[in-house]
Amino acid sequence: MSELDNANPLVFEITKDRQILPEEEDDSVTDKFDRREIFDLIRVINDPEHPLTLEELNVVVESNIKVDDDKNSVYVEFVPTIPHCSMATLIGLSIRVKLLRSLPPRFKVDVKIAPGTHESELAVNKQLADKERVAAALENSHLLELVNQCLSKRATG
Amino acid sequence: MHHSLKEVQQLTGHTDQVWCVAWSPSGSLLASCGGDKTIRIWGKEDKSWVCKSLLTDAHTRTIRALSWSPCGQYLAAASFDATTSIWSRKSGEFECLATLEGHENEVKCVGWACTGNLLATCARDKSVWIWEVTADEEFECASVLSTHTQDVKCVKWHPACELLASCSYDDTIRLYHEASDDWESCAMLKGHSSTVWSVDFNKDGHRIVSAGADASLKIWQDYEPGNPEGIATPDNLPVWKCVCTIGGHHERPIYSVNWCSLSGMIATASGDDSLCVYQEISTEDARNAPKFEIAVRQKAAHLEDINCVSWNPVQKGLLASCSDDGNIKIWQLQKE
Repeated sequence: MSELDNANPLVFEITKDRQILPEEEDDSVTDKFDRREIFDLIRVINDPEHPLTLEELNVVVESNIKVDDDKNSVYVEFVPTIPHCSMATLIGLSIRVKLLRSLPPRFKVDVKIAPGTHESELAVNKQLADKERVAAALENSHLLELVNQCLSKRATG
Repeated sequence: MHHSLKEVQQLTGHTDQVWCVAWSPSGSLLASCGGDKTIRIWGKEDKSWVCKSLLTDAHTRTIRALSWSPCGQYLAAASFDATTSIWSRKSGEFECLATLEGHENEVKCVGWACTGNLLATCARDKSVWIWEVTADEEFECASVLSTHTQDVKCVKWHPACELLASCSYDDTIRLYHEASDDWESCAMLKGHSSTVWSVDFNKDGHRIVSAGADASLKIWQDYEPGNPEGIATPDNLPVWKCVCTIGGHHERPIYSVNWCSLSGMIATASGDDSLCVYQEISTEDARNAPKFEIAVRQKAAHLEDINCVSWNPVQKGLLASCSDDGNIKIWQLQKE
Protein backbone atom coordinates (compact mmCIF):
# COMPACT_ATOMS: atom_id res chain seq x y z
CA MET A 1 0.00 0.00 0.00
CA SER A 2 1.14 3.53 -0.75
CA GLU A 3 1.83 6.03 1.99
CA LEU A 4 -1.15 7.13 4.05
CA ASP A 5 -2.35 10.73 3.78
CA ASN A 6 -2.45 10.98 7.53
CA ALA A 7 -0.34 8.27 9.14
CA ASN A 8 -1.06 9.10 12.78
CA PRO A 9 -4.58 10.35 13.17
CA LEU A 10 -6.02 11.41 16.51
CA VAL A 11 -8.44 8.86 17.85
CA PHE A 12 -11.53 10.02 19.71
CA GLU A 13 -13.77 8.25 22.15
CA ILE A 14 -17.02 6.86 20.82
CA THR A 15 -20.51 7.71 22.01
CA LYS A 16 -22.43 5.34 24.25
CA ASP A 17 -25.23 3.33 22.73
CA ARG A 18 -28.54 5.07 22.52
CA GLN A 19 -31.01 4.28 25.28
CA ILE A 20 -34.18 2.95 23.80
CA LEU A 21 -37.24 4.45 25.41
CA PRO A 22 -40.42 2.41 25.90
CA GLU A 23 -42.45 4.61 23.53
CA GLU A 24 -39.92 3.95 20.80
CA GLU A 25 -40.84 0.30 20.89
CA ASP A 26 -44.51 1.12 20.72
CA ASP A 27 -45.58 0.63 17.10
CA SER A 28 -48.61 2.84 17.54
CA VAL A 29 -46.45 5.91 18.19
CA THR A 30 -45.17 7.79 15.13
CA ASP A 31 -41.48 8.16 15.65
CA LYS A 32 -39.78 10.90 13.68
CA PHE A 33 -36.18 10.60 12.54
CA ASP A 34 -33.85 12.58 14.74
CA ARG A 35 -30.23 13.61 14.65
CA ARG A 36 -29.07 10.76 16.84
CA GLU A 37 -30.58 8.17 14.54
CA ILE A 38 -28.79 9.63 11.52
CA PHE A 39 -25.59 9.75 13.56
CA ASP A 40 -25.97 6.11 14.53
CA LEU A 41 -26.26 5.19 10.87
CA ILE A 42 -23.07 6.94 9.81
CA ARG A 43 -20.79 6.84 12.85
CA VAL A 44 -19.98 3.16 12.24
CA ILE A 45 -18.78 3.74 8.66
CA ASN A 46 -15.15 2.64 8.27
CA ASP A 47 -12.50 5.10 7.26
CA PRO A 48 -11.07 4.06 3.85
CA GLU A 49 -7.49 4.26 5.16
CA HIS A 50 -7.44 3.42 8.84
CA PRO A 51 -8.96 0.52 10.77
CA LEU A 52 -11.14 3.09 12.55
CA THR A 53 -14.66 4.40 12.19
CA LEU A 54 -15.65 7.91 11.07
CA GLU A 55 -16.73 8.55 14.65
CA GLU A 56 -13.38 7.48 16.11
CA LEU A 57 -11.66 9.89 13.73
CA ASN A 58 -14.11 12.69 14.54
CA VAL A 59 -14.99 12.90 10.83
CA VAL A 60 -18.65 12.81 11.77
CA VAL A 61 -20.10 14.30 14.95
CA GLU A 62 -23.72 14.49 15.99
CA SER A 63 -23.76 18.29 16.14
CA ASN A 64 -22.92 18.49 12.41
CA ILE A 65 -26.15 16.78 11.42
CA LYS A 66 -29.46 18.49 10.74
CA VAL A 67 -32.71 16.57 10.34
CA ASP A 68 -36.15 17.87 9.53
CA ASP A 69 -38.47 14.90 9.27
CA ASP A 70 -41.48 17.02 8.24
CA LYS A 71 -39.54 18.59 5.40
CA ASN A 72 -37.91 15.26 4.46
CA SER A 73 -34.45 16.71 4.74
CA VAL A 74 -31.20 15.34 6.11
CA TYR A 75 -28.05 17.45 6.07
CA VAL A 76 -24.65 16.10 7.08
CA GLU A 77 -21.36 17.91 7.30
CA PHE A 78 -18.18 15.91 7.72
CA VAL A 79 -14.64 16.94 8.61
CA PRO A 80 -11.76 15.27 6.74
CA THR A 81 -8.90 14.40 9.12
CA ILE A 82 -6.53 16.62 7.17
CA PRO A 83 -7.24 19.47 4.69
CA HIS A 84 -5.67 17.65 1.72
CA CYS A 85 -7.22 14.25 2.43
CA SER A 86 -7.53 12.52 -0.94
CA MET A 87 -10.26 10.27 0.42
CA ALA A 88 -12.75 13.08 1.08
CA THR A 89 -14.92 12.26 -1.94
CA LEU A 90 -15.00 8.56 -1.08
CA ILE A 91 -15.93 9.31 2.54
CA GLY A 92 -18.71 11.67 1.41
CA LEU A 93 -19.96 9.12 -1.09
CA SER A 94 -20.00 6.41 1.59
CA ILE A 95 -22.07 8.61 3.92
CA ARG A 96 -24.44 9.41 1.08
CA VAL A 97 -24.83 5.79 0.04
CA LYS A 98 -25.35 4.61 3.60
CA LEU A 99 -28.16 7.14 4.06
CA LEU A 100 -29.71 6.43 0.64
CA ARG A 101 -29.80 2.73 1.49
CA SER A 102 -31.11 3.21 5.02
CA LEU A 103 -33.63 6.05 4.88
CA PRO A 104 -37.06 6.06 3.23
CA PRO A 105 -36.78 7.46 -0.32
CA ARG A 106 -38.81 10.57 0.60
CA PHE A 107 -35.71 12.06 2.22
CA LYS A 108 -33.47 14.54 0.40
CA VAL A 109 -29.95 13.90 1.60
CA ASP A 110 -27.20 16.52 1.35
CA VAL A 111 -23.65 15.61 2.33
CA LYS A 112 -21.01 18.31 2.47
CA ILE A 113 -17.56 19.00 3.81
CA ALA A 114 -17.66 21.26 6.88
CA PRO A 115 -16.73 24.79 5.72
CA GLY A 116 -13.02 25.51 5.80
CA THR A 117 -11.84 21.99 6.53
CA HIS A 118 -10.64 20.90 3.09
CA GLU A 119 -8.66 22.45 0.24
CA SER A 120 -11.05 21.24 -2.47
CA GLU A 121 -14.19 21.78 -0.45
CA LEU A 122 -16.29 23.31 -3.25
CA ALA A 123 -15.23 20.78 -5.89
CA VAL A 124 -15.93 17.82 -3.61
CA ASN A 125 -19.28 19.28 -2.51
CA LYS A 126 -20.35 19.85 -6.12
CA GLN A 127 -19.46 16.28 -7.03
CA LEU A 128 -21.31 14.82 -4.04
CA ALA A 129 -24.40 16.88 -4.91
CA ASP A 130 -24.47 15.69 -8.52
CA LYS A 131 -26.95 12.81 -8.52
CA GLU A 132 -26.00 11.75 -12.02
CA ARG A 133 -22.35 11.33 -11.07
CA VAL A 134 -23.31 9.50 -7.90
CA ALA A 135 -25.57 7.17 -9.92
CA ALA A 136 -22.79 6.55 -12.43
CA ALA A 137 -20.23 5.99 -9.67
CA LEU A 138 -22.42 3.32 -8.09
CA GLU A 139 -22.52 1.44 -11.40
CA ASN A 140 -18.71 1.34 -11.37
CA SER A 141 -17.88 -1.99 -9.74
CA HIS A 142 -14.45 -0.90 -8.48
CA LEU A 143 -15.82 2.21 -6.79
CA LEU A 144 -18.83 0.33 -5.46
CA GLU A 145 -16.49 -2.19 -3.86
CA LEU A 146 -14.58 0.61 -2.09
CA VAL A 147 -17.85 2.10 -0.83
CA ASN A 148 -19.06 -1.29 0.35
CA GLN A 149 -15.81 -1.83 2.25
CA CYS A 150 -16.44 1.41 4.10
CA LEU A 151 -19.97 0.30 4.85
CA SER A 152 -19.22 -3.30 5.84
CA LYS A 153 -19.14 -4.37 9.45
CA ARG A 154 -15.53 -4.69 10.43
CA ALA A 155 -14.54 -7.99 11.96
CA THR A 156 -13.55 -7.38 15.53
CA GLY A 157 -10.92 -9.48 17.02
CA MET B 1 -52.12 31.18 -11.38
CA HIS B 2 -54.76 30.49 -13.97
CA HIS B 3 -53.82 26.95 -14.85
CA SER B 4 -53.60 23.54 -13.26
CA LEU B 5 -52.14 20.18 -14.17
CA LYS B 6 -54.53 17.27 -14.19
CA GLU B 7 -52.96 13.86 -13.80
CA VAL B 8 -54.15 11.81 -16.77
CA GLN B 9 -52.34 8.57 -16.05
CA GLN B 10 -49.41 7.05 -14.22
CA LEU B 11 -47.30 4.63 -16.24
CA THR B 12 -45.60 1.94 -14.21
CA GLY B 13 -43.20 -0.71 -15.41
CA HIS B 14 -39.64 0.53 -15.00
CA THR B 15 -37.90 -1.22 -12.12
CA ASP B 16 -35.46 1.60 -11.30
CA GLN B 17 -35.27 5.39 -11.57
CA VAL B 18 -36.58 6.80 -14.86
CA TRP B 19 -34.21 9.34 -16.38
CA CYS B 20 -35.87 10.45 -19.59
CA VAL B 21 -39.18 10.63 -21.44
CA ALA B 22 -39.38 11.61 -25.13
CA TRP B 23 -42.43 12.00 -27.38
CA SER B 24 -42.23 10.84 -30.97
CA PRO B 25 -42.60 13.71 -33.50
CA SER B 26 -46.18 12.66 -34.27
CA GLY B 27 -46.96 12.73 -30.56
CA SER B 28 -48.41 9.22 -30.65
CA LEU B 29 -45.61 7.39 -28.85
CA LEU B 30 -43.71 8.11 -25.66
CA ALA B 31 -40.28 6.55 -25.14
CA SER B 32 -38.77 6.24 -21.66
CA CYS B 33 -35.51 4.90 -20.24
CA GLY B 34 -33.62 4.63 -16.96
CA GLY B 35 -31.57 2.77 -14.44
CA ASP B 36 -33.09 -0.60 -15.35
CA LYS B 37 -31.16 -0.43 -18.69
CA THR B 38 -34.35 -0.74 -20.73
CA ILE B 39 -36.30 1.45 -23.11
CA ARG B 40 -40.08 1.33 -22.98
CA ILE B 41 -42.31 2.56 -25.78
CA TRP B 42 -45.77 3.64 -24.68
CA GLY B 43 -48.78 4.19 -26.93
CA LYS B 44 -52.46 4.84 -26.50
CA GLU B 45 -54.92 1.97 -26.69
CA ASP B 46 -58.54 3.00 -26.37
CA LYS B 47 -58.33 5.62 -23.68
CA SER B 48 -55.22 4.62 -21.80
CA TRP B 49 -51.49 4.54 -22.36
CA VAL B 50 -49.89 1.09 -22.40
CA CYS B 51 -46.38 -0.25 -22.86
CA LYS B 52 -46.17 -1.36 -26.50
CA SER B 53 -42.52 -2.39 -26.68
CA LEU B 54 -39.75 -3.19 -24.26
CA LEU B 55 -36.26 -2.80 -25.69
CA THR B 56 -33.55 -4.62 -23.75
CA ASP B 57 -30.02 -5.99 -24.11
CA ALA B 58 -28.56 -3.02 -25.99
CA HIS B 59 -26.83 -1.48 -22.99
CA THR B 60 -24.98 -2.79 -19.96
CA ARG B 61 -25.53 0.29 -17.79
CA THR B 62 -28.13 3.03 -17.18
CA ILE B 63 -29.77 4.49 -20.27
CA ARG B 64 -29.67 8.21 -19.60
CA ALA B 65 -31.39 9.94 -22.52
CA LEU B 66 -33.41 9.39 -25.69
CA SER B 67 -34.01 11.33 -28.90
CA TRP B 68 -36.33 10.62 -31.83
CA SER B 69 -35.28 11.45 -35.39
CA PRO B 70 -37.51 14.13 -36.99
CA CYS B 71 -39.06 11.47 -39.29
CA GLY B 72 -40.00 9.39 -36.26
CA GLN B 73 -38.43 6.24 -37.73
CA TYR B 74 -35.33 6.21 -35.52
CA LEU B 75 -34.70 6.46 -31.81
CA ALA B 76 -31.28 7.16 -30.31
CA ALA B 77 -30.39 6.13 -26.74
CA ALA B 78 -27.41 7.43 -24.73
CA SER B 79 -25.98 5.20 -22.01
CA PHE B 80 -23.57 5.28 -19.09
CA ASP B 81 -21.86 2.31 -20.83
CA ALA B 82 -20.17 4.92 -23.09
CA THR B 83 -22.18 3.97 -26.18
CA THR B 84 -25.22 5.30 -28.03
CA SER B 85 -27.61 2.87 -29.67
CA ILE B 86 -29.71 3.66 -32.73
CA TRP B 87 -33.04 1.90 -33.16
CA SER B 88 -35.09 1.69 -36.34
CA ARG B 89 -38.77 0.89 -36.53
CA LYS B 90 -38.97 0.70 -40.31
CA SER B 91 -39.79 -3.02 -40.18
CA GLY B 92 -42.67 -2.34 -37.82
CA GLU B 93 -40.71 -3.41 -34.76
CA PHE B 94 -37.84 -1.67 -33.05
CA GLU B 95 -34.49 -3.10 -34.10
CA CYS B 96 -31.06 -1.99 -32.98
CA LEU B 97 -29.41 -0.66 -36.10
CA ALA B 98 -26.08 0.59 -34.81
CA THR B 99 -24.07 1.22 -31.67
CA LEU B 100 -21.97 4.38 -31.70
CA GLU B 101 -18.70 4.06 -29.82
CA GLY B 102 -16.10 6.72 -29.17
CA HIS B 103 -16.83 8.46 -25.89
CA GLU B 104 -14.47 7.53 -23.06
CA ASN B 105 -17.16 7.21 -20.42
CA GLU B 106 -20.84 7.90 -19.59
CA VAL B 107 -22.82 9.37 -22.48
CA LYS B 108 -25.24 11.84 -20.91
CA CYS B 109 -27.41 13.02 -23.77
CA VAL B 110 -28.17 12.58 -27.45
CA GLY B 111 -30.00 14.84 -29.88
CA TRP B 112 -31.13 14.58 -33.47
CA ALA B 113 -30.86 17.70 -35.67
CA CYS B 114 -33.97 19.05 -37.44
CA THR B 115 -32.70 17.86 -40.85
CA GLY B 116 -32.28 14.32 -39.57
CA ASN B 117 -28.78 14.24 -41.08
CA LEU B 118 -26.86 14.95 -37.90
CA LEU B 119 -26.75 13.56 -34.40
CA ALA B 120 -24.97 14.99 -31.36
CA THR B 121 -23.84 13.15 -28.22
CA CYS B 122 -22.13 14.41 -25.06
CA ALA B 123 -20.38 12.71 -22.16
CA ARG B 124 -18.56 12.97 -18.88
CA ASP B 125 -15.35 12.97 -20.97
CA LYS B 126 -16.14 16.71 -21.53
CA SER B 127 -16.64 16.30 -25.27
CA VAL B 128 -19.51 16.78 -27.69
CA TRP B 129 -19.50 14.56 -30.78
CA ILE B 130 -21.29 15.35 -34.02
CA TRP B 131 -22.26 12.32 -36.12
CA GLU B 132 -23.28 12.39 -39.77
CA VAL B 133 -26.07 10.07 -40.80
CA THR B 134 -25.35 8.69 -44.27
CA ALA B 135 -27.96 7.66 -46.82
CA ASP B 136 -27.35 3.98 -46.11
CA GLU B 137 -28.03 4.37 -42.37
CA GLU B 138 -24.41 4.59 -41.30
CA PHE B 139 -23.12 6.98 -38.67
CA GLU B 140 -19.77 8.70 -39.07
CA CYS B 141 -18.11 10.99 -36.59
CA ALA B 142 -17.91 14.44 -38.18
CA SER B 143 -16.39 16.32 -35.28
CA VAL B 144 -15.26 16.07 -31.67
CA LEU B 145 -15.72 19.34 -29.80
CA SER B 146 -13.81 19.70 -26.55
CA THR B 147 -14.64 23.22 -25.46
CA HIS B 148 -16.32 22.47 -22.15
CA THR B 149 -13.96 22.05 -19.20
CA GLN B 150 -16.22 19.55 -17.40
CA ASP B 151 -18.86 16.87 -17.81
CA VAL B 152 -21.36 17.81 -20.59
CA LYS B 153 -24.93 17.26 -19.38
CA CYS B 154 -27.22 17.97 -22.30
CA VAL B 155 -27.24 18.71 -26.04
CA LYS B 156 -30.08 20.30 -27.97
CA TRP B 157 -30.37 21.32 -31.64
CA HIS B 158 -31.93 24.49 -33.00
CA PRO B 159 -35.45 23.76 -34.36
CA ALA B 160 -34.75 25.06 -37.87
CA CYS B 161 -31.01 25.12 -38.59
CA GLU B 162 -27.85 23.21 -37.77
CA LEU B 163 -26.94 25.12 -34.63
CA LEU B 164 -26.22 23.04 -31.54
CA ALA B 165 -26.40 24.01 -27.86
CA SER B 166 -24.75 22.11 -25.00
CA CYS B 167 -24.60 22.73 -21.26
CA SER B 168 -22.25 21.50 -18.60
CA TYR B 169 -21.04 20.91 -15.08
CA ASP B 170 -18.67 23.84 -15.87
CA ASP B 171 -21.73 26.14 -15.38
CA THR B 172 -21.76 27.31 -19.03
CA ILE B 173 -23.72 26.80 -22.24
CA ARG B 174 -21.91 26.51 -25.57
CA LEU B 175 -23.21 26.92 -29.09
CA TYR B 176 -21.65 25.28 -32.15
CA HIS B 177 -22.01 25.65 -35.89
CA GLU B 178 -20.24 24.38 -38.97
CA ALA B 179 -17.73 26.91 -40.26
CA SER B 180 -15.57 26.34 -43.35
CA ASP B 181 -15.60 22.56 -43.25
CA ASP B 182 -15.39 21.97 -39.51
CA TRP B 183 -17.52 22.44 -36.47
CA GLU B 184 -16.57 25.06 -33.94
CA SER B 185 -17.89 26.67 -30.80
CA CYS B 186 -19.41 30.02 -31.78
CA ALA B 187 -20.71 31.28 -28.43
CA MET B 188 -20.41 30.75 -24.70
CA LEU B 189 -23.33 31.70 -22.45
CA LYS B 190 -22.26 32.40 -18.88
CA GLY B 191 -24.59 33.29 -16.04
CA HIS B 192 -25.60 30.24 -14.03
CA SER B 193 -23.79 29.80 -10.73
CA SER B 194 -23.67 26.01 -10.87
CA THR B 195 -24.16 23.02 -13.20
CA VAL B 196 -26.47 23.72 -16.13
CA TRP B 197 -28.56 20.56 -16.45
CA SER B 198 -30.81 21.34 -19.38
CA VAL B 199 -31.31 23.69 -22.34
CA ASP B 200 -34.02 24.14 -24.92
CA PHE B 201 -34.88 26.44 -27.80
CA ASN B 202 -38.19 28.21 -28.30
CA LYS B 203 -40.25 27.58 -31.43
CA ASP B 204 -38.48 30.02 -33.75
CA GLY B 205 -35.05 29.33 -32.27
CA HIS B 206 -34.29 32.94 -31.36
CA ARG B 207 -34.41 32.16 -27.68
CA ILE B 208 -32.85 29.56 -25.39
CA VAL B 209 -34.03 28.59 -21.94
CA SER B 210 -31.54 27.03 -19.53
CA ALA B 211 -31.89 25.61 -16.03
CA GLY B 212 -29.69 23.98 -13.47
CA ALA B 213 -28.39 23.28 -10.02
CA ASP B 214 -28.79 26.93 -8.98
CA ALA B 215 -32.57 26.27 -9.19
CA SER B 216 -33.06 29.16 -11.61
CA LEU B 217 -34.14 29.53 -15.22
CA LYS B 218 -32.49 31.88 -17.68
CA ILE B 219 -33.87 33.11 -20.99
CA TRP B 220 -31.30 34.04 -23.64
CA GLN B 221 -32.11 36.15 -26.71
CA ASP B 222 -30.05 36.15 -29.91
CA TYR B 223 -28.93 39.45 -31.42
CA GLU B 224 -27.99 39.08 -35.06
CA PRO B 225 -25.52 41.31 -36.89
CA GLY B 226 -27.18 44.62 -37.60
CA ASN B 227 -29.66 44.24 -34.73
CA PRO B 228 -31.77 47.34 -34.03
CA GLU B 229 -30.51 47.52 -30.42
CA GLY B 230 -27.01 48.18 -31.71
CA ILE B 231 -25.49 45.31 -29.73
CA ALA B 232 -22.02 44.55 -31.08
CA THR B 233 -21.65 41.24 -32.90
CA PRO B 234 -17.93 40.38 -33.12
CA ASP B 235 -16.90 38.22 -36.12
CA ASN B 236 -20.35 38.81 -37.61
CA LEU B 237 -21.79 36.10 -35.36
CA PRO B 238 -25.05 36.41 -33.46
CA VAL B 239 -24.62 37.29 -29.78
CA TRP B 240 -26.78 35.68 -27.10
CA LYS B 241 -27.69 37.70 -24.03
CA CYS B 242 -29.52 36.73 -20.88
CA VAL B 243 -32.71 38.81 -20.91
CA CYS B 244 -34.54 37.22 -17.99
CA THR B 245 -33.78 35.15 -14.87
CA ILE B 246 -36.56 33.32 -13.09
CA GLY B 247 -35.97 31.96 -9.61
CA GLY B 248 -37.67 31.26 -6.35
CA HIS B 249 -40.02 28.49 -7.43
CA HIS B 250 -37.87 25.40 -7.07
CA GLU B 251 -36.03 24.48 -3.88
CA ARG B 252 -33.59 22.03 -5.38
CA PRO B 253 -31.81 21.61 -8.73
CA ILE B 254 -33.85 21.86 -11.92
CA TYR B 255 -32.98 18.80 -13.96
CA SER B 256 -35.04 19.41 -17.06
CA VAL B 257 -36.59 22.28 -18.97
CA ASN B 258 -38.82 22.04 -22.04
CA TRP B 259 -40.22 24.88 -24.14
CA CYS B 260 -43.53 24.02 -25.78
CA SER B 261 -43.60 24.93 -29.48
CA LEU B 262 -47.41 24.93 -29.49
CA SER B 263 -48.21 27.10 -26.49
CA GLY B 264 -44.92 28.87 -25.80
CA MET B 265 -45.10 27.64 -22.21
CA ILE B 266 -42.03 26.42 -20.36
CA ALA B 267 -42.12 23.35 -18.11
CA THR B 268 -39.49 22.50 -15.49
CA ALA B 269 -38.78 19.38 -13.43
CA SER B 270 -36.84 19.47 -10.19
CA GLY B 271 -35.18 17.52 -7.43
CA ASP B 272 -37.77 19.06 -5.09
CA ASP B 273 -40.36 16.61 -6.56
CA SER B 274 -42.30 19.44 -8.19
CA LEU B 275 -43.16 20.52 -11.71
CA CYS B 276 -43.58 24.15 -12.73
CA VAL B 277 -45.08 25.71 -15.83
CA TYR B 278 -44.29 29.29 -16.85
CA GLN B 279 -45.90 31.58 -19.39
CA GLU B 280 -44.71 34.83 -20.89
CA ILE B 281 -46.74 37.90 -20.04
CA SER B 282 -46.96 40.95 -22.24
CA THR B 283 -44.61 43.82 -21.44
CA GLU B 284 -43.45 46.97 -23.17
CA ASP B 285 -40.12 45.59 -24.33
CA ALA B 286 -40.81 41.90 -24.73
CA ARG B 287 -37.73 41.27 -26.86
CA ASN B 288 -35.13 42.74 -24.54
CA ALA B 289 -36.83 42.46 -21.17
CA PRO B 290 -39.43 39.70 -21.31
CA LYS B 291 -41.42 38.74 -18.26
CA PHE B 292 -42.60 35.31 -17.28
CA GLU B 293 -45.04 34.33 -14.60
CA ILE B 294 -45.65 31.00 -13.01
CA ALA B 295 -48.80 29.34 -14.35
CA VAL B 296 -48.65 26.12 -12.33
CA ARG B 297 -46.61 24.91 -9.42
CA GLN B 298 -47.38 21.24 -8.94
CA LYS B 299 -45.87 20.26 -5.61
CA ALA B 300 -45.29 16.56 -4.89
CA ALA B 301 -45.92 15.76 -8.55
CA HIS B 302 -43.86 12.60 -7.94
CA LEU B 303 -42.67 10.88 -4.77
CA GLU B 304 -39.00 11.57 -5.53
CA ASP B 305 -36.77 13.73 -7.77
CA ILE B 306 -38.24 14.48 -11.21
CA ASN B 307 -35.64 13.98 -13.90
CA CYS B 308 -37.33 14.96 -17.13
CA VAL B 309 -40.37 16.80 -18.44
CA SER B 310 -41.60 16.89 -22.02
CA TRP B 311 -44.50 18.55 -23.88
CA ASN B 312 -46.34 16.52 -26.48
CA PRO B 313 -45.43 18.10 -29.85
CA VAL B 314 -48.93 17.71 -31.30
CA GLN B 315 -51.46 17.63 -28.47
CA LYS B 316 -51.40 21.01 -26.80
CA GLY B 317 -50.97 20.95 -23.05
CA LEU B 318 -50.16 17.24 -22.78
CA LEU B 319 -47.09 16.79 -20.60
CA ALA B 320 -45.01 13.76 -19.58
CA SER B 321 -42.72 13.58 -16.55
CA CYS B 322 -40.55 10.84 -15.01
CA SER B 323 -38.95 10.32 -11.65
CA ASP B 324 -36.52 8.50 -9.38
CA ASP B 325 -39.67 6.86 -7.97
CA GLY B 326 -39.71 4.67 -11.11
CA ASN B 327 -42.90 6.13 -12.51
CA ILE B 328 -43.93 8.21 -15.48
CA LYS B 329 -46.90 10.55 -15.34
CA ILE B 330 -48.96 12.07 -18.10
CA TRP B 331 -50.55 15.43 -17.32
CA GLN B 332 -52.99 17.72 -19.07
CA LEU B 333 -52.62 21.45 -18.62
CA GLN B 334 -56.00 23.02 -17.91
CA LYS B 335 -57.29 26.53 -17.58
CA GLU B 336 -58.86 27.12 -14.22
